[in-house]
Amino acid sequence: MSWSGLFSQLLEIAVALLLAPLLTGWVNQCRAWLQNKSAPSLMLQYRMLRKLFHKESVVAEHASPLFRAAPYIVFGCMALASGIIPTLSTDLPLSPAADAIALVGLFAFARVFISLAAMDIGTAFGTMGARREMLIGFLAEPALLMVLFSASLITQSTSLTGIVETLAHGKFTIYPSMAFAGVAFTLVSLAENARVPVDNPSTHLELTMIHEALILEYSGRHLALIEWAGSLKMFAYSCIGLALFFPWGMAEVDAPGATILALPVLVFKLAIGGALLALIETVSAKMRIFRVPEFLATAFMLAVIGMLVHFLPGA
Amino acid sequence: MMMQAYLIQSINLFASALLLLSFAMLSQRRILTLIHLFTLQGAALVAATVVVAYVTDQHHLYYSAAITLVTKVFVIPLLLHRLIDRLNIKWDVETLINIPTTMLIGILLVVFAFNLALPIVKLSSSIAHSTLGIALACVLLSFMMMITRAKAVPQVIGFLSMENGLFFAATAATYGMPMVVEFGIAFDVLVGVFILGVFMFQIREQFDSLDIRHLEKLKDD
Repeated sequence: MSWSGLFSQLLEIAVALLLAPLLTGWVNQCRAWLQNKSAPSLMLQYRMLRKLFHKESVVAEHASPLFRAAPYIVFGCMALASGIIPTLSTDLPLSPAADAIALVGLFAFARVFISLAAMDIGTAFGTMGARREMLIGFLAEPALLMVLFSASLITQSTSLTGIVETLAHGKFTIYPSMAFAGVAFTLVSLAENARVPVDNPSTHLELTMIHEALILEYSGRHLALIEWAGSLKMFAYSCIGLALFFPWGMAEVDAPGATILALPVLVFKLAIGGALLALIETVSAKMRIFRVPEFLATAFMLAVIGMLVHFLPGA
Repeated sequence: MMMQAYLIQSINLFASALLLLSFAMLSQRRILTLIHLFTLQGAALVAATVVVAYVTDQHHLYYSAAITLVTKVFVIPLLLHRLIDRLNIKWDVETLINIPTTMLIGILLVVFAFNLALPIVKLSSSIAHSTLGIALACVLLSFMMMITRAKAVPQVIGFLSMENGLFFAATAATYGMPMVVEFGIAFDVLVGVFILGVFMFQIREQFDSLDIRHLEKLKDD
Protein backbone atom coordinates (compact mmCIF):
# COMPACT_ATOMS: atom_id res chain seq x y z
CA MET A 1 0.00 0.00 0.00
CA SER A 2 1.48 3.28 -1.10
CA TRP A 3 1.05 6.68 0.50
CA SER A 4 -0.66 8.06 -2.58
CA GLY A 5 -3.09 5.14 -2.45
CA LEU A 6 -3.87 5.86 1.19
CA PHE A 7 -4.29 9.54 0.39
CA SER A 8 -6.74 8.93 -2.44
CA GLN A 9 -8.65 6.42 -0.33
CA LEU A 10 -9.08 8.83 2.57
CA LEU A 11 -9.88 11.71 0.25
CA GLU A 12 -12.51 9.60 -1.46
CA ILE A 13 -14.29 8.64 1.77
CA ALA A 14 -14.15 12.23 3.00
CA VAL A 15 -15.54 13.51 -0.30
CA ALA A 16 -18.34 10.94 -0.19
CA LEU A 17 -19.30 11.84 3.38
CA LEU A 18 -19.27 15.57 2.65
CA LEU A 19 -20.78 15.60 -0.83
CA ALA A 20 -23.59 13.08 -0.23
CA PRO A 21 -25.94 15.52 1.59
CA LEU A 22 -25.11 18.15 -1.02
CA LEU A 23 -26.19 15.75 -3.81
CA THR A 24 -29.49 15.11 -2.04
CA GLY A 25 -29.95 18.85 -1.59
CA TRP A 26 -29.17 19.45 -5.26
CA VAL A 27 -31.71 16.85 -6.41
CA ASN A 28 -34.36 18.40 -4.15
CA GLN A 29 -33.52 21.86 -5.46
CA CYS A 30 -33.72 20.79 -9.11
CA ARG A 31 -36.99 19.03 -8.46
CA ALA A 32 -38.45 22.12 -6.82
CA TRP A 33 -37.40 24.25 -9.82
CA LEU A 34 -38.93 21.81 -12.27
CA GLN A 35 -42.17 21.77 -10.30
CA ASN A 36 -42.33 25.58 -10.10
CA LYS A 37 -41.85 25.65 -6.37
CA SER A 38 -39.44 27.87 -4.49
CA ALA A 39 -36.38 25.71 -3.98
CA PRO A 40 -34.97 24.79 -0.57
CA SER A 41 -31.39 25.83 0.19
CA LEU A 42 -28.58 23.54 -0.95
CA MET A 43 -27.34 23.51 2.63
CA LEU A 44 -30.66 22.33 4.03
CA GLN A 45 -29.49 18.73 4.41
CA TYR A 46 -26.42 19.79 6.41
CA ARG A 47 -28.54 21.98 8.67
CA MET A 48 -30.98 19.16 9.19
CA LEU A 49 -28.17 16.76 10.09
CA ARG A 50 -26.71 19.28 12.56
CA LYS A 51 -30.10 19.84 14.12
CA LEU A 52 -30.75 16.12 14.49
CA PHE A 53 -27.31 15.43 15.97
CA HIS A 54 -27.99 18.03 18.66
CA LYS A 55 -31.36 16.59 19.57
CA GLU A 56 -31.96 13.95 22.14
CA SER A 57 -32.82 10.59 20.64
CA VAL A 58 -35.91 8.98 22.02
CA VAL A 59 -36.09 5.19 21.90
CA ALA A 60 -39.23 3.16 22.40
CA GLU A 61 -39.62 1.32 25.69
CA HIS A 62 -39.49 -2.17 24.23
CA ALA A 63 -36.68 -1.55 21.82
CA SER A 64 -33.94 -4.19 21.76
CA PRO A 65 -30.21 -3.40 21.41
CA LEU A 66 -30.62 -4.19 17.71
CA PHE A 67 -32.76 -1.09 17.31
CA ARG A 68 -29.99 1.08 18.74
CA ALA A 69 -27.22 -0.64 16.76
CA ALA A 70 -28.96 -0.58 13.36
CA PRO A 71 -28.26 3.09 12.47
CA TYR A 72 -24.54 2.61 13.11
CA ILE A 73 -24.45 -0.61 11.08
CA VAL A 74 -26.33 0.97 8.17
CA PHE A 75 -24.14 4.06 8.21
CA GLY A 76 -21.00 1.91 8.43
CA CYS A 77 -22.11 -0.19 5.43
CA MET A 78 -22.77 2.88 3.30
CA ALA A 79 -19.49 4.57 4.30
CA LEU A 80 -17.59 1.37 3.45
CA ALA A 81 -19.45 1.08 0.14
CA SER A 82 -18.48 4.62 -0.81
CA GLY A 83 -14.87 3.71 0.02
CA ILE A 84 -14.94 0.71 -2.33
CA ILE A 85 -16.56 2.37 -5.33
CA PRO A 86 -13.97 4.26 -7.37
CA THR A 87 -15.04 7.90 -7.63
CA LEU A 88 -11.82 9.89 -7.88
CA SER A 89 -9.07 7.37 -8.41
CA THR A 90 -8.71 3.67 -9.14
CA ASP A 91 -5.79 3.38 -6.74
CA LEU A 92 -7.77 2.30 -3.68
CA PRO A 93 -6.25 0.11 -0.94
CA LEU A 94 -9.77 -0.87 0.16
CA SER A 95 -10.90 -2.13 -3.22
CA PRO A 96 -9.45 -5.68 -2.90
CA ALA A 97 -11.61 -5.99 0.23
CA ALA A 98 -14.79 -6.27 -1.79
CA ASP A 99 -15.62 -6.76 -5.45
CA ALA A 100 -18.89 -5.89 -7.20
CA ILE A 101 -20.69 -8.94 -5.79
CA ALA A 102 -19.63 -8.19 -2.21
CA LEU A 103 -20.76 -4.61 -2.74
CA VAL A 104 -24.29 -5.80 -3.56
CA GLY A 105 -24.03 -7.96 -0.43
CA LEU A 106 -23.06 -4.91 1.59
CA PHE A 107 -26.18 -3.05 0.45
CA ALA A 108 -28.26 -6.14 1.27
CA PHE A 109 -26.70 -6.33 4.73
CA ALA A 110 -27.72 -2.75 5.48
CA ARG A 111 -31.21 -3.46 4.18
CA VAL A 112 -31.64 -6.51 6.42
CA PHE A 113 -30.67 -4.53 9.52
CA ILE A 114 -32.87 -1.54 8.79
CA SER A 115 -35.81 -3.87 8.14
CA LEU A 116 -35.18 -5.85 11.35
CA ALA A 117 -34.97 -2.61 13.32
CA ALA A 118 -38.25 -1.45 11.77
CA MET A 119 -39.96 -4.65 12.89
CA ASP A 120 -38.26 -4.57 16.29
CA ILE A 121 -40.61 -1.99 17.80
CA GLY A 122 -43.65 -3.90 16.64
CA THR A 123 -45.64 -1.06 15.10
CA ALA A 124 -47.81 -1.82 12.11
CA PHE A 125 -46.15 0.82 9.92
CA GLY A 126 -42.64 -0.41 10.59
CA THR A 127 -43.56 -4.00 9.76
CA MET A 128 -45.41 -3.00 6.62
CA GLY A 129 -42.49 -0.85 5.49
CA ALA A 130 -40.04 -3.67 6.20
CA ARG A 131 -42.05 -6.11 4.13
CA ARG A 132 -42.28 -3.73 1.22
CA GLU A 133 -38.58 -2.94 1.47
CA MET A 134 -37.74 -6.64 1.31
CA LEU A 135 -40.09 -7.11 -1.64
CA ILE A 136 -38.31 -4.39 -3.57
CA GLY A 137 -34.89 -5.51 -2.39
CA PHE A 138 -35.16 -9.10 -3.49
CA LEU A 139 -36.27 -8.04 -6.95
CA ALA A 140 -33.72 -5.26 -7.34
CA GLU A 141 -30.63 -7.16 -6.23
CA PRO A 142 -30.52 -9.76 -9.02
CA ALA A 143 -31.03 -6.98 -11.56
CA LEU A 144 -28.16 -4.98 -10.05
CA LEU A 145 -25.95 -8.08 -10.08
CA MET A 146 -26.75 -8.69 -13.74
CA VAL A 147 -25.84 -5.08 -14.58
CA LEU A 148 -22.50 -5.49 -12.82
CA PHE A 149 -21.96 -8.84 -14.57
CA SER A 150 -22.50 -7.22 -17.98
CA ALA A 151 -19.64 -4.87 -17.16
CA SER A 152 -17.59 -7.75 -15.78
CA LEU A 153 -18.02 -9.76 -18.98
CA ILE A 154 -16.54 -6.91 -20.99
CA THR A 155 -13.65 -6.25 -18.66
CA GLN A 156 -13.00 -9.81 -17.40
CA SER A 157 -12.98 -8.67 -13.79
CA THR A 158 -15.48 -8.35 -10.97
CA SER A 159 -13.39 -5.80 -9.13
CA LEU A 160 -14.89 -2.34 -9.58
CA THR A 161 -11.49 -0.69 -9.91
CA GLY A 162 -10.53 -3.26 -12.55
CA ILE A 163 -13.75 -2.55 -14.47
CA VAL A 164 -13.16 1.20 -14.38
CA GLU A 165 -9.52 0.89 -15.40
CA THR A 166 -10.41 -1.19 -18.45
CA LEU A 167 -13.38 0.96 -19.47
CA ALA A 168 -11.82 4.37 -18.88
CA HIS A 169 -8.25 3.85 -19.96
CA GLY A 170 -8.61 1.17 -22.63
CA LYS A 171 -9.46 1.91 -26.25
CA PHE A 172 -12.82 3.66 -26.58
CA THR A 173 -15.45 1.20 -27.81
CA ILE A 174 -19.24 1.36 -28.01
CA TYR A 175 -20.65 -1.63 -26.17
CA PRO A 176 -24.29 -2.38 -27.07
CA SER A 177 -24.58 -4.53 -23.95
CA MET A 178 -23.81 -1.50 -21.80
CA ALA A 179 -26.76 0.34 -23.36
CA PHE A 180 -29.08 -2.32 -21.98
CA ALA A 181 -27.23 -2.39 -18.68
CA GLY A 182 -27.52 1.41 -18.44
CA VAL A 183 -31.29 1.39 -18.77
CA ALA A 184 -31.56 -1.49 -16.30
CA PHE A 185 -29.27 0.27 -13.84
CA THR A 186 -31.37 3.44 -13.99
CA LEU A 187 -34.50 1.46 -13.13
CA VAL A 188 -32.77 -0.41 -10.30
CA SER A 189 -31.28 2.69 -8.74
CA LEU A 190 -34.64 4.47 -8.80
CA ALA A 191 -36.14 1.55 -6.89
CA GLU A 192 -33.24 1.12 -4.49
CA ASN A 193 -33.03 4.78 -3.52
CA ALA A 194 -36.77 5.13 -2.91
CA ARG A 195 -37.25 7.62 -5.75
CA VAL A 196 -40.52 8.51 -7.41
CA PRO A 197 -41.82 5.74 -9.65
CA VAL A 198 -41.40 3.30 -6.76
CA ASP A 199 -41.50 5.36 -3.57
CA ASN A 200 -41.91 9.05 -2.85
CA PRO A 201 -39.03 10.38 -0.73
CA SER A 202 -40.92 13.49 0.34
CA THR A 203 -44.12 11.98 1.65
CA HIS A 204 -45.34 10.74 4.97
CA LEU A 205 -48.61 9.61 3.48
CA GLU A 206 -49.03 6.37 5.31
CA LEU A 207 -50.26 4.02 2.62
CA THR A 208 -47.68 4.85 -0.01
CA MET A 209 -44.45 5.20 1.90
CA ILE A 210 -41.78 2.55 2.06
CA HIS A 211 -38.51 4.08 3.13
CA GLU A 212 -40.12 6.60 5.49
CA ALA A 213 -42.15 3.86 7.17
CA LEU A 214 -38.96 2.03 8.08
CA ILE A 215 -37.43 4.95 9.94
CA LEU A 216 -40.57 6.32 11.54
CA GLU A 217 -39.49 5.34 15.06
CA TYR A 218 -36.03 6.88 14.90
CA SER A 219 -35.17 10.30 16.25
CA GLY A 220 -32.18 12.44 17.15
CA ARG A 221 -28.72 11.19 16.22
CA HIS A 222 -30.09 7.83 15.09
CA LEU A 223 -32.29 9.53 12.54
CA ALA A 224 -29.40 11.77 11.52
CA LEU A 225 -27.21 8.74 10.85
CA ILE A 226 -29.95 7.04 8.84
CA GLU A 227 -30.66 10.15 6.78
CA TRP A 228 -26.95 10.57 6.14
CA ALA A 229 -26.70 6.88 5.19
CA GLY A 230 -29.60 7.42 2.77
CA SER A 231 -27.74 10.28 1.11
CA LEU A 232 -24.58 8.18 1.03
CA LYS A 233 -26.49 5.35 -0.63
CA MET A 234 -27.72 7.67 -3.36
CA PHE A 235 -24.20 9.02 -3.76
CA ALA A 236 -22.82 5.47 -3.94
CA TYR A 237 -25.36 4.43 -6.58
CA SER A 238 -24.69 7.55 -8.63
CA CYS A 239 -20.98 6.79 -8.45
CA ILE A 240 -21.48 3.16 -9.53
CA GLY A 241 -23.44 4.50 -12.49
CA LEU A 242 -20.73 7.02 -13.35
CA ALA A 243 -17.99 4.41 -12.88
CA LEU A 244 -19.68 1.90 -15.20
CA PHE A 245 -21.08 4.16 -17.89
CA PHE A 246 -19.09 7.43 -17.77
CA PRO A 247 -15.75 6.52 -16.22
CA TRP A 248 -13.71 9.20 -17.99
CA GLY A 249 -11.76 11.69 -15.93
CA MET A 250 -10.83 9.35 -13.12
CA ALA A 251 -7.22 9.19 -11.93
CA GLU A 252 -5.04 6.16 -12.64
CA VAL A 253 -2.77 4.20 -10.35
CA ASP A 254 0.41 5.95 -11.39
CA ALA A 255 -0.97 9.50 -11.42
CA PRO A 256 -1.41 10.67 -7.84
CA GLY A 257 -1.85 14.37 -8.64
CA ALA A 258 -4.75 13.59 -10.94
CA THR A 259 -6.89 12.59 -7.94
CA ILE A 260 -7.33 16.25 -7.07
CA LEU A 261 -8.16 17.10 -10.68
CA ALA A 262 -10.74 14.33 -10.77
CA LEU A 263 -12.80 16.07 -8.09
CA PRO A 264 -14.28 18.89 -10.22
CA VAL A 265 -15.02 16.34 -12.96
CA LEU A 266 -16.89 14.19 -10.46
CA VAL A 267 -18.86 17.16 -9.12
CA PHE A 268 -19.77 18.14 -12.68
CA LYS A 269 -20.93 14.62 -13.55
CA LEU A 270 -22.92 14.31 -10.32
CA ALA A 271 -24.59 17.68 -10.91
CA ILE A 272 -25.80 16.54 -14.33
CA GLY A 273 -26.84 13.15 -12.96
CA GLY A 274 -28.77 14.78 -10.12
CA ALA A 275 -30.59 17.11 -12.49
CA LEU A 276 -31.55 14.12 -14.67
CA LEU A 277 -32.83 12.27 -11.61
CA ALA A 278 -34.97 15.27 -10.69
CA LEU A 279 -36.29 15.33 -14.26
CA ILE A 280 -37.21 11.62 -14.14
CA GLU A 281 -38.94 12.16 -10.81
CA THR A 282 -40.90 15.10 -12.16
CA VAL A 283 -42.17 13.50 -15.34
CA SER A 284 -43.17 10.16 -13.87
CA ALA A 285 -45.96 9.30 -11.48
CA LYS A 286 -45.68 6.99 -8.54
CA MET A 287 -46.67 3.42 -9.32
CA ARG A 288 -48.94 1.16 -7.39
CA ILE A 289 -46.89 -1.14 -5.20
CA PHE A 290 -48.09 -4.16 -7.18
CA ARG A 291 -46.67 -2.67 -10.35
CA VAL A 292 -43.19 -2.56 -8.81
CA PRO A 293 -42.41 -6.25 -9.49
CA GLU A 294 -43.21 -5.57 -13.13
CA PHE A 295 -40.92 -2.53 -13.15
CA LEU A 296 -38.05 -4.49 -11.61
CA ALA A 297 -38.70 -7.54 -13.78
CA THR A 298 -38.17 -5.23 -16.74
CA ALA A 299 -34.87 -4.09 -15.23
CA PHE A 300 -33.74 -7.67 -14.64
CA MET A 301 -34.73 -8.71 -18.12
CA LEU A 302 -32.93 -5.80 -19.76
CA ALA A 303 -29.77 -6.62 -17.82
CA VAL A 304 -30.01 -10.27 -18.92
CA ILE A 305 -30.53 -9.24 -22.54
CA GLY A 306 -27.47 -7.01 -22.18
CA MET A 307 -25.42 -10.03 -21.21
CA LEU A 308 -26.88 -12.04 -24.10
CA VAL A 309 -26.04 -9.26 -26.56
CA HIS A 310 -22.46 -9.41 -25.33
CA PHE A 311 -22.27 -13.01 -26.53
CA LEU A 312 -23.50 -12.15 -30.02
CA PRO A 313 -20.80 -13.18 -32.47
CA GLY A 314 -18.77 -10.19 -33.55
CA ALA A 315 -20.82 -7.67 -31.59
CA MET B 1 -10.07 2.95 -40.21
CA MET B 2 -10.83 4.07 -36.66
CA MET B 3 -13.95 5.82 -37.94
CA GLN B 4 -15.02 2.63 -39.70
CA ALA B 5 -14.77 0.65 -36.46
CA TYR B 6 -16.91 3.17 -34.58
CA LEU B 7 -19.51 3.15 -37.34
CA ILE B 8 -19.75 -0.64 -37.22
CA GLN B 9 -20.10 -0.45 -33.44
CA SER B 10 -22.83 2.14 -33.82
CA ILE B 11 -24.74 -0.27 -36.11
CA ASN B 12 -24.66 -2.74 -33.23
CA LEU B 13 -25.82 0.01 -30.90
CA PHE B 14 -28.79 0.91 -33.12
CA ALA B 15 -29.62 -2.78 -33.44
CA SER B 16 -29.64 -3.04 -29.66
CA ALA B 17 -31.89 0.02 -29.48
CA LEU B 18 -34.27 -1.78 -31.85
CA LEU B 19 -34.37 -4.80 -29.54
CA LEU B 20 -34.75 -2.56 -26.48
CA LEU B 21 -37.74 -0.84 -28.08
CA SER B 22 -39.28 -4.20 -29.00
CA PHE B 23 -39.16 -5.14 -25.33
CA ALA B 24 -40.50 -1.76 -24.27
CA MET B 25 -43.45 -2.30 -26.61
CA LEU B 26 -44.01 -5.77 -25.21
CA SER B 27 -44.28 -4.37 -21.69
CA GLN B 28 -46.32 -1.28 -22.56
CA ARG B 29 -49.95 -1.04 -21.53
CA ARG B 30 -50.93 2.29 -23.08
CA ILE B 31 -51.74 2.46 -26.76
CA LEU B 32 -50.53 6.05 -27.16
CA THR B 33 -47.08 5.20 -25.73
CA LEU B 34 -47.06 2.10 -27.90
CA ILE B 35 -47.36 4.29 -30.99
CA HIS B 36 -44.58 6.58 -29.76
CA LEU B 37 -42.35 3.56 -29.21
CA PHE B 38 -43.17 2.28 -32.67
CA THR B 39 -42.17 5.65 -34.14
CA LEU B 40 -38.89 5.53 -32.22
CA GLN B 41 -38.25 2.01 -33.45
CA GLY B 42 -38.74 3.20 -37.01
CA ALA B 43 -36.26 6.01 -36.37
CA ALA B 44 -33.68 3.57 -34.97
CA LEU B 45 -34.18 1.41 -38.05
CA VAL B 46 -33.60 4.39 -40.35
CA ALA B 47 -30.43 5.33 -38.45
CA ALA B 48 -29.06 1.78 -38.64
CA THR B 49 -29.83 1.55 -42.36
CA VAL B 50 -28.17 4.89 -43.10
CA VAL B 51 -25.02 3.84 -41.24
CA VAL B 52 -24.90 0.51 -43.10
CA ALA B 53 -25.39 2.40 -46.38
CA TYR B 54 -22.59 4.83 -45.54
CA VAL B 55 -20.11 2.17 -44.42
CA THR B 56 -20.69 -0.18 -47.36
CA ASP B 57 -21.30 2.56 -49.95
CA GLN B 58 -24.54 0.92 -51.10
CA HIS B 59 -26.60 3.76 -52.54
CA HIS B 60 -29.86 1.89 -52.83
CA LEU B 61 -29.90 1.53 -49.03
CA TYR B 62 -30.23 5.33 -48.76
CA TYR B 63 -33.42 5.11 -50.79
CA SER B 64 -34.82 2.33 -48.66
CA ALA B 65 -33.92 4.31 -45.54
CA ALA B 66 -35.81 7.26 -47.01
CA ILE B 67 -38.86 5.09 -47.73
CA THR B 68 -38.74 3.76 -44.17
CA LEU B 69 -38.46 7.28 -42.80
CA VAL B 70 -41.49 8.49 -44.72
CA THR B 71 -43.71 5.47 -44.09
CA LYS B 72 -42.75 4.19 -40.65
CA VAL B 73 -41.76 7.41 -38.92
CA PHE B 74 -44.26 9.86 -40.42
CA VAL B 75 -47.20 8.41 -42.32
CA ILE B 76 -48.08 5.25 -40.38
CA PRO B 77 -47.77 6.78 -36.87
CA LEU B 78 -49.91 9.68 -38.11
CA LEU B 79 -52.53 7.25 -39.39
CA LEU B 80 -52.43 5.34 -36.11
CA HIS B 81 -52.82 8.55 -34.11
CA ARG B 82 -55.84 9.52 -36.17
CA LEU B 83 -57.21 6.01 -35.83
CA ILE B 84 -57.07 5.97 -32.03
CA ASP B 85 -58.50 9.49 -31.95
CA ARG B 86 -61.46 8.39 -34.04
CA LEU B 87 -61.92 5.16 -32.12
CA ASN B 88 -61.41 7.11 -28.89
CA ILE B 89 -59.07 4.59 -27.29
CA LYS B 90 -55.89 5.70 -25.57
CA TRP B 91 -55.41 3.68 -22.44
CA ASP B 92 -56.77 0.23 -22.28
CA VAL B 93 -54.60 -2.59 -23.42
CA GLU B 94 -55.51 -5.89 -21.96
CA THR B 95 -52.84 -8.56 -22.11
CA LEU B 96 -53.71 -12.22 -22.09
CA ILE B 97 -50.64 -13.23 -20.05
CA ASN B 98 -49.34 -10.95 -17.29
CA ILE B 99 -46.41 -8.76 -18.21
CA PRO B 100 -43.55 -10.29 -16.12
CA THR B 101 -44.34 -13.71 -17.63
CA THR B 102 -44.36 -12.18 -21.09
CA MET B 103 -40.94 -10.73 -20.35
CA LEU B 104 -39.53 -14.08 -19.25
CA ILE B 105 -40.86 -15.76 -22.39
CA GLY B 106 -39.30 -12.83 -24.27
CA ILE B 107 -35.86 -13.66 -22.85
CA LEU B 108 -36.26 -17.28 -23.98
CA LEU B 109 -37.22 -16.07 -27.45
CA VAL B 110 -34.11 -13.89 -27.60
CA VAL B 111 -31.88 -16.82 -26.62
CA PHE B 112 -33.61 -18.97 -29.24
CA ALA B 113 -33.24 -16.29 -31.93
CA PHE B 114 -29.54 -15.73 -31.17
CA ASN B 115 -28.84 -19.46 -31.43
CA LEU B 116 -30.93 -19.74 -34.58
CA ALA B 117 -28.95 -16.95 -36.20
CA LEU B 118 -25.53 -18.47 -35.41
CA PRO B 119 -25.17 -20.76 -38.49
CA ILE B 120 -26.61 -18.09 -40.81
CA VAL B 121 -24.20 -15.50 -39.46
CA LYS B 122 -21.26 -17.77 -40.32
CA LEU B 123 -22.36 -17.85 -43.97
CA SER B 124 -22.94 -14.12 -44.33
CA SER B 125 -20.12 -11.75 -45.18
CA SER B 126 -22.04 -8.54 -44.52
CA ILE B 127 -20.53 -6.11 -42.03
CA ALA B 128 -23.72 -6.07 -40.02
CA HIS B 129 -24.05 -9.86 -39.94
CA SER B 130 -23.69 -10.05 -36.16
CA THR B 131 -26.96 -8.14 -35.75
CA LEU B 132 -28.97 -10.80 -37.59
CA GLY B 133 -29.73 -12.47 -34.26
CA ILE B 134 -31.15 -9.21 -32.96
CA ALA B 135 -33.30 -8.79 -36.06
CA LEU B 136 -34.70 -12.31 -35.67
CA ALA B 137 -35.36 -11.65 -31.99
CA CYS B 138 -37.29 -8.49 -32.93
CA VAL B 139 -39.44 -10.48 -35.35
CA LEU B 140 -40.19 -13.16 -32.74
CA LEU B 141 -40.94 -10.58 -30.02
CA SER B 142 -43.39 -8.79 -32.31
CA PHE B 143 -45.01 -12.15 -33.05
CA MET B 144 -45.42 -12.67 -29.35
CA MET B 145 -46.85 -9.20 -28.93
CA MET B 146 -49.50 -10.05 -31.51
CA ILE B 147 -50.28 -13.28 -29.69
CA THR B 148 -50.51 -11.83 -26.17
CA ARG B 149 -52.67 -8.80 -26.97
CA ALA B 150 -56.44 -9.12 -27.04
CA LYS B 151 -57.22 -5.79 -28.69
CA ALA B 152 -56.97 -5.02 -32.37
CA VAL B 153 -54.82 -1.86 -32.38
CA PRO B 154 -51.84 -3.32 -30.46
CA GLN B 155 -51.98 -6.31 -32.77
CA VAL B 156 -51.65 -4.06 -35.78
CA ILE B 157 -48.71 -2.29 -34.12
CA GLY B 158 -47.16 -5.69 -33.45
CA PHE B 159 -47.56 -6.55 -37.11
CA LEU B 160 -45.89 -3.31 -38.18
CA SER B 161 -43.08 -3.80 -35.69
CA MET B 162 -42.53 -7.28 -37.10
CA GLU B 163 -42.11 -5.70 -40.50
CA ASN B 164 -39.43 -3.45 -38.96
CA GLY B 165 -37.62 -6.55 -37.72
CA LEU B 166 -37.82 -8.26 -41.13
CA PHE B 167 -36.54 -5.15 -42.87
CA PHE B 168 -33.61 -4.96 -40.48
CA ALA B 169 -32.87 -8.66 -40.98
CA ALA B 170 -32.69 -8.09 -44.73
CA THR B 171 -30.34 -5.13 -44.26
CA ALA B 172 -28.16 -7.02 -41.80
CA ALA B 173 -27.81 -10.23 -43.80
CA THR B 174 -27.70 -9.12 -47.43
CA TYR B 175 -27.65 -5.29 -47.53
CA GLY B 176 -31.36 -5.07 -48.20
CA MET B 177 -33.75 -6.44 -50.74
CA PRO B 178 -34.04 -5.30 -54.37
CA MET B 179 -35.64 -1.88 -54.76
CA VAL B 180 -38.80 -3.20 -56.41
CA VAL B 181 -39.43 -5.58 -53.53
CA GLU B 182 -38.88 -2.84 -50.98
CA PHE B 183 -41.28 -0.49 -52.73
CA GLY B 184 -43.80 -3.30 -52.87
CA ILE B 185 -43.49 -4.06 -49.17
CA ALA B 186 -43.71 -0.38 -48.19
CA PHE B 187 -46.96 0.04 -50.12
CA ASP B 188 -48.29 -3.26 -48.86
CA VAL B 189 -47.75 -2.16 -45.28
CA LEU B 190 -49.35 1.20 -45.93
CA VAL B 191 -52.37 -0.36 -47.61
CA GLY B 192 -52.47 -2.96 -44.84
CA VAL B 193 -52.80 -0.22 -42.22
CA PHE B 194 -55.64 1.38 -44.19
CA ILE B 195 -57.50 -1.90 -44.52
CA LEU B 196 -56.96 -2.87 -40.91
CA GLY B 197 -58.19 0.58 -39.88
CA VAL B 198 -61.44 0.09 -41.77
CA PHE B 199 -61.60 -3.44 -40.40
CA MET B 200 -61.37 -2.11 -36.83
CA PHE B 201 -64.33 0.21 -37.37
CA GLN B 202 -66.28 -2.77 -38.66
CA ILE B 203 -65.33 -4.89 -35.65
CA ARG B 204 -66.42 -2.15 -33.31
CA GLU B 205 -69.67 -1.59 -35.08
CA GLN B 206 -70.45 -5.29 -34.87
CA PHE B 207 -69.42 -6.00 -31.28
CA ASP B 208 -69.13 -2.59 -29.53
CA SER B 209 -65.56 -3.52 -28.58
CA LEU B 210 -62.19 -3.97 -30.22
CA ASP B 211 -61.54 -7.23 -28.41
CA ILE B 212 -60.86 -9.68 -31.20
CA ARG B 213 -61.96 -12.61 -29.06
CA HIS B 214 -65.50 -11.61 -30.04
CA LEU B 215 -64.70 -12.71 -33.58
CA GLU B 216 -65.08 -16.31 -32.45
CA LYS B 217 -68.82 -15.73 -32.16
CA LEU B 218 -69.00 -15.41 -35.92
CA LYS B 219 -68.57 -19.17 -36.28
CA ASP B 220 -72.03 -19.83 -34.90
CA ASP B 221 -73.82 -17.89 -37.64
